[in-house]
Amino acid sequence: MNKTLIVAEHHDGKLNPATARCVSCAQRIGGDIDVLVLADAPAAVAAAAASLQGVSRVLSVANAANVHALAAVYAPQVKALAADYTHLLAPSTTFGKDLMPRVAALLGVAQVSDLMQVEDAQHFVRPIYAGNALLTVATPAGQTVVATVRTASWPEAAAATQPAPIESRSIDVALPTHTRFIGLESGASDRPDLQSAARVVSGGRALGSADNFKIIYALADTLGAAVGASRAAVDAGYVPSDLQVGQTGKIIAPQLYVAIGISGAIQHLTGIKDAGTIVAINKDAEAPIFEIADFGLVGDLFKLVPELQQALA
Amino acid sequence: MKILVGYKRVVDYNVRVQVKPDGSGVATEGVKLSPNPFDEIALEEALRLRERGVASEVIVVGIGPADLTVHLRNGLAMGANRAIHVVTGDAVQPLTAARALLKLVEKEQPGLVILGKQAIDDDNNQTGQMLAALWDRPQATFASKLHIDAGKARVVREVDAGLETLEIDLPAVVTTDLRLNEPRFIKLPDIMKSKSKPIEALELAALGVEPGDHLEATHYAPPPKRGKGVMVKDVAELVAALKNKGLV
Ligand SMILES: Cc1cc2nc3c(=O)[nH]c(=O)nc-3n(C[C@H](O)[C@H](O)[C@H](O)COP(=O)(O)OP(=O)(O)OC[C@H]3O[C@@H](n4cnc5c(N)ncnc54)[C@H](O)[C@@H]3O)c2cc1C
Repeated sequence: MNKTLIVAEHHDGKLNPATARCVSCAQRIGGDIDVLVLADAPAAVAAAAASLQGVSRVLSVANAANVHALAAVYAPQVKALAADYTHLLAPSTTFGKDLMPRVAALLGVAQVSDLMQVEDAQHFVRPIYAGNALLTVATPAGQTVVATVRTASWPEAAAATQPAPIESRSIDVALPTHTRFIGLESGASDRPDLQSAARVVSGGRALGSADNFKIIYALADTLGAAVGASRAAVDAGYVPSDLQVGQTGKIIAPQLYVAIGISGAIQHLTGIKDAGTIVAINKDAEAPIFEIADFGLVGDLFKLVPELQQALA
Repeated sequence: MKILVGYKRVVDYNVRVQVKPDGSGVATEGVKLSPNPFDEIALEEALRLRERGVASEVIVVGIGPADLTVHLRNGLAMGANRAIHVVTGDAVQPLTAARALLKLVEKEQPGLVILGKQAIDDDNNQTGQMLAALWDRPQATFASKLHIDAGKARVVREVDAGLETLEIDLPAVVTTDLRLNEPRFIKLPDIMKSKSKPIEALELAALGVEPGDHLEATHYAPPPKRGKGVMVKDVAELVAALKNKGLV
């Protein structure tokens, strides 16, 4: 029988919604689903995880060493629990990408990255070549399956009617001190979070400056949307790096994605393929973004974006 | 201090790869191959550390078939002191790559290993973390700034929440993100110079590594296509279309 352990991602005492998406993935695998909360003060996060439908049990580990999500500190703790499970999952966010390969190597097993479909408990589909191909892999028989879950492929698990039990655990393994957290410079704003927002407005190189990017923020605010960007816009310093959408940035699946002054390079498109509706505004009628846009509008963004904002206000 | 740099050859990022009609793989015959962009950034960072006097030697490592030497010459032309070629028939998966790198780490005793955060062919994003685990040393993934001082590295990491700074003891593994640096271009005289630099070839088996614990690739498929959309003539038409779909 399958037994999955999901490593919860959390920040500032809040469970990241990416964890609820892993629960949906684990439900497809079938069997019991436990969620592991490693934290200094795990109570609130554990309660949030326990209230997700499909979760059998939450394992709550309070340890001052867990105050920051350091892969080198978390990995030996996950490994210590691994023997009880057939599958170990975490979201394919920077948290899970950092942690899970370390866990897999400690266990001496391969990892499935960016799991997008479950065929059965041992066969999984994942994207390669910036999403240009989908690969089905079989994991070796008899080995623990370690995977990161491509969150854009899975819905968030619903709220449970009855919360799952929470068990406090202490894990008795030596934890390294060679890795120390110094600080986090957060781009956090009052705007919706890029990874979970229902609407996203993104700007590209065409914006030309950080100052010009204000029209993207203004449109986003009118729509109640999160703001994203192409790599070119981030590289040029118009916006912080955590706004990058694409192969090497965030993979997102909003209901509405508005791409403004973005050409539609394959590395960008792979980050938005699962969006419900894609709108593109570009002055070049031949821009590749129009090949995947549901609604395309050709013209100068500096004229069209303020006009669109006014029409929606 | 020595720095070991992973230097993988991949299908160039501009190539739109096609899945073979029978689903047995992607068509790679005749397509342009290039160094993995993240590995070029890794090599550039190592070269800068050597130029600043922090490192004394930069070694590029490639794992792959016999014809990889041409690719490794590129790394030497960019400025690496020497290259190690781990010779394998087939492409290896991250765990095997990490096991091979560990053997080289034990042999070379580098103070730092810099790898790309991911290779843009299989997009796995695993090898650096796996090496750090097997080596039982710190990892700092997705680096966009690296500062080394007194046996420690201060690394700024691009994480989902913003920019995180870690301090790690050396030796350690760092994986690069895009904004760590801009790799230099190779000049003609450098290509000439690279010809006299050594490339050491080692069989994977001779390192004591057997490829194993592999994922088996059972099927390749093209991604589902999004239906072709419509062009609207102006903002009014766009707003009407969005309203019609209940999106605004
Ligand atoms: C290893 C690697 C990883 C990468 N990862 C990512 C990634 O994760 N995400 C990502 O986005 N990119 C990524 N890239 C970069 C990608 O290849 C493109 O270079 C990038 O997406 C281009 O950004 P852009 O569309 O903003 O700029 P450009 O391609 O320069 O496009 C600008 C567009 O704006 C239009 N335009 C100009 N002026 C106006 C105007 N006044 N009004 C309307 N339209 C206008 C132009 O017609 C053009 O189509 C990666 C590249 C590599 C090599």
